[in-house]
Amino acid sequence: MSAGRDAIMGGLRRALKRGAEATDAAARQTVDRRLDAAARGLVPARGQIPPAAQVDLFEAMAVEQAATVTRIASLEAVPAALADYLKAANLAPKLRLAPSPELQNLPWDSQPMIEIETGPAQGSDQVSLTGAVAGVAETGTLLLASGPEAPTTLNFLPDNHVVVLKASQVVGAYEDGWDRLREIYGRGSLPRAVNLITGPSRTADIEQTIQLGAHGPRRLHILLVEDTESGNGA
Amino acid sequence: MSETAPRVGLFVTCLVDLFRPSIGFAAVKLLAAAGCTVAVPRAQTCCGQPAYNTGDRHDTRTLAAQVIAVFEGFDYVVAPSGSCAAMIREHYPALLADSPELAARAEALAAKTFELVSFLTDVRGMTGVEAAFEGSAAYHDACSGLRELGIHDQPRRLLATVRGLRLEELPDADVCCGFGGTFCVKYPEISDTMVTDKVERVEQAGVGTLLAGDLGCLMNMAGKLQRRGSKIQVRHVAEVLAGMTDEPAIGAGAEDGTKDRAEGGRG
Amino acid sequence: MDSSPRAFKANARAAVKDPQLKRALAHVKVGFIGKRAKAVARLPEFDALRDAARDIKVHTLDHLDLYLERYEERVTAQGGQVHWCPSAADARAAVLDICRRVGAKTVTKGKSMISEEIDLNQHLEANGITPVETDLGEYIVQLRGERPSHIIAPAVHLTKDLIEADFRAQHSHLPPERSLEEPRELVEEARGILRERFLAADVGITGANFLVAETGSSIIVTNEGNGDLTQALPRVHIVIASLEKVVPTLEDATTLLRVLARSATGQEFSTYTTVSTGPRRARDLDGPEEYHVILLDNGRSEMLAGQFRDALRCIRCGACMNHCPVYHAIGGHAYGWVYPGPIGAVLTPGLIGIEEAGDLPNASTFCGRCEAVCPVRIPLPKMMRHWREREFERHLTPRAVRAGLGLWAFLASRPELYHRVTGLAARLLAALAGRKGRLRSLPLAGGWTGVRDLPAPQGRTFHALWAARNRRAGT
Repeated sequence: MSAGRDAIMGGLRRALKRGAEATDAAARQTVDRRLDAAARGLVPARGQIPPAAQVDLFEAMAVEQAATVTRIASLEAVPAALADYLKAANLAPKLRLAPSPELQNLPWDSQPMIEIETGPAQGSDQVSLTGAVAGVAETGTLLLASGPEAPTTLNFLPDNHVVVLKASQVVGAYEDGWDRLREIYGRGSLPRAVNLITGPSRTADIEQTIQLGAHGPRRLHILLVEDTESGNGA
Repeated sequence: MSETAPRVGLFVTCLVDLFRPSIGFAAVKLLAAAGCTVAVPRAQTCCGQPAYNTGDRHDTRTLAAQVIAVFEGFDYVVAPSGSCAAMIREHYPALLADSPELAARAEALAAKTFELVSFLTDVRGMTGVEAAFEGSAAYHDACSGLRELGIHDQPRRLLATVRGLRLEELPDADVCCGFGGTFCVKYPEISDTMVTDKVERVEQAGVGTLLAGDLGCLMNMAGKLQRRGSKIQVRHVAEVLAGMTDEPAIGAGAEDGTKDRAEGGRG
Repeated sequence: MDSSPRAFKANARAAVKDPQLKRALAHVKVGFIGKRAKAVARLPEFDALRDAARDIKVHTLDHLDLYLERYEERVTAQGGQVHWCPSAADARAAVLDICRRVGAKTVTKGKSMISEEIDLNQHLEANGITPVETDLGEYIVQLRGERPSHIIAPAVHLTKDLIEADFRAQHSHLPPERSLEEPRELVEEARGILRERFLAADVGITGANFLVAETGSSIIVTNEGNGDLTQALPRVHIVIASLEKVVPTLEDATTLLRVLARSATGQEFSTYTTVSTGPRRARDLDGPEEYHVILLDNGRSEMLAGQFRDALRCIRCGACMNHCPVYHAIGGHAYGWVYPGPIGAVLTPGLIGIEEAGDLPNASTFCGRCEAVCPVRIPLPKMMRHWREREFERHLTPRAVRAGLGLWAFLASRPELYHRVTGLAARLLAALAGRKGRLRSLPLAGGWTGVRDLPAPQGRTFHALWAARNRRAGT
């Protein structure tokens, strides 16, 4: 252990008046229990609405933060929806696709005009397409996690970030998102980057007026796949 | 329920005592109208705030001990000042928490100490006053009263019952006027910027009179208004509620006329 | 403006006379205050969340050593490294070591007040490494060689015209006839320039709004995405954070995040809230190869021990300064150091000493607006008063003030003498004022009468009149 660590820990222990065995043990127990429990705090009512209402709230909140949302009937409709998006935004038909089998195996053949490359983003990429882990209805926030099928640079380098989100992935509150991550990655561990994204990049640093497209994507487009029966989220 | 009139000890405050006794008399009149018997112990001087806010706990404790001894025998202690009432109510207990002799007595005194207007409404249940005042007025929320004691609706409710008074809501009524005790003389430029912002708001409101519940704030704002040549009159809210507005307004002299209710207020 | 808290009075005097600053600060009053109020009104649970946020911070500070232990264990288990740095010098050295080892030439930086606190940029530059601020506001003040003047809006003291002039002067490789009229054009230009820097950087340094003990993660919030480009592109990611940033669990961080953006900018949530844990994993296709956390003490463990522990709750939202009438009058630079506004008034003496920063906790009316909006309910006026007590104990309070107070206390604890003296003063001042009822000037009262009239006493004290009334009434 380093001298710096000892010095700091010593200072903290003195400040907290550590030393008595019994109270120290009690403190340790409190800390261990709290960490293990990871109990939810106060979750606003807005994050606890019924699943049927969550998807609509997610869309409304995301749009309020300047994301755009297109609802599509199924995953298979993604390539066509993306082609529409590129045309409408006057973008060249080029795409950097996340190397996720689910996305790679979509019927891209139906859109032969689109030049597709997969992998992490390059500085010149204009459009990326990724999946997501969840969509948090509370504030219209996407939850993405890095991994072999989800390089983080796809979320930040390209001018346009398109995200495929299934309605069944929509949850009410951020805490539901953490639970999802714990299911996937276990407790106490996370992938390198978990990104909570709410709308496109912006700044208000110049006279407090908001400008979109500061450093991250100028546009965030969400393809919302209605994969649930009459809005009953899984 | 007992019908005996509660005995109120009036905490005059050092500023009212020295600069504007008419506020004290207005307080006495209002307390009497609220069914209280009022006594004014002579052995009172200052609540200790100047020392307290300068970091001089020793002198503050000395003065606090004096206040406790002089006032603890009353049913209630009432001050025509949010900051003085807050000093006793909110700060004496913490200040004296480590004194075996005074801790409990400080708690007891704090529990029965009130600012004047909120005492009338919240403790005595007063819903209106028998006063008249021709003209328009704006009310400034002095910081201690507002944030430490929650005084906001009470003066407005009572002022609404003053016959003839048109109460205008003052934009930024809850923004500090820049008095802050010694602050206004230690950092005069900052204080001047703050009080200038404040009086500009008052002037924009186009009222004839400015009211508040703390004399320090009132003197600060009156002094600035008058330095700018404004004709806006400044009074303590107690004076208006008690119908005692024959005296010249704060900082106004006999030559300004006592019944001058200049509208618009631009100097 | 002199960059030292010792120069506060002179700085403040200059600041209140600066019309450009006044124009710029008007945005703070209208923008931040209104937006926060809207966001608060929209969330019924907001006040309850403030209580919860405070409780999380209080609990964590009470167990800070234990949570830091677990935090380090989790960081290390996932491939990161924690560097414990007692002092600013230790932190600077640790960062430089890492940069040297990897042969770094350029370092991109997300916004970090800690890096300001330890003067990191200067140190890197002195050692041949170029730091590039990427938060737009930070980039702008870096061009000007200034400190940020606000903890979340670094360039809030600048008007668009000033920024345009700086861009034209500093981006001399771009065509001079280009239009930079609109804020949008300024943002575009910065985006293009900084994009090159992001891609070329060897090391990326971010701060941390929170460190999560449960998972060994650091959390940053940005709206620009610069923090993410800073950490994801270079080979090395360094997080600089002070000890008190740690919180127990992701759920605890979530409670704090719910009050952070709403308190800071009135947003429901920041655009990018990023939870970073360790370096890239074996099968990741991008991300840094190394993840370091510089854990800085620099006076925190001392603050933890004393009366100022509550100030360590701060989550750096800026609400206090957004609502402070003193900050509105003078802006952030007048405070002379890293942290301005009410939190600056409380933290600065704790970190650099009350002798250096005495004016900061004194330049307050204790109006209490800061405490009223603080998302973790820090009793800021009380902390400032504690600093004034420290000054008084150590005789740092000006002698004239001590003497005046001493005299006041002497009189006030002798009521009969007090009544005699005040009776005389009332008569004297009233006589001086005459029919005017006010004084335009008064010896020894220049601080007051320099800028406003002094209302005169009515002529007799209340106690004298009350006694007279009772004598007449025979009581």
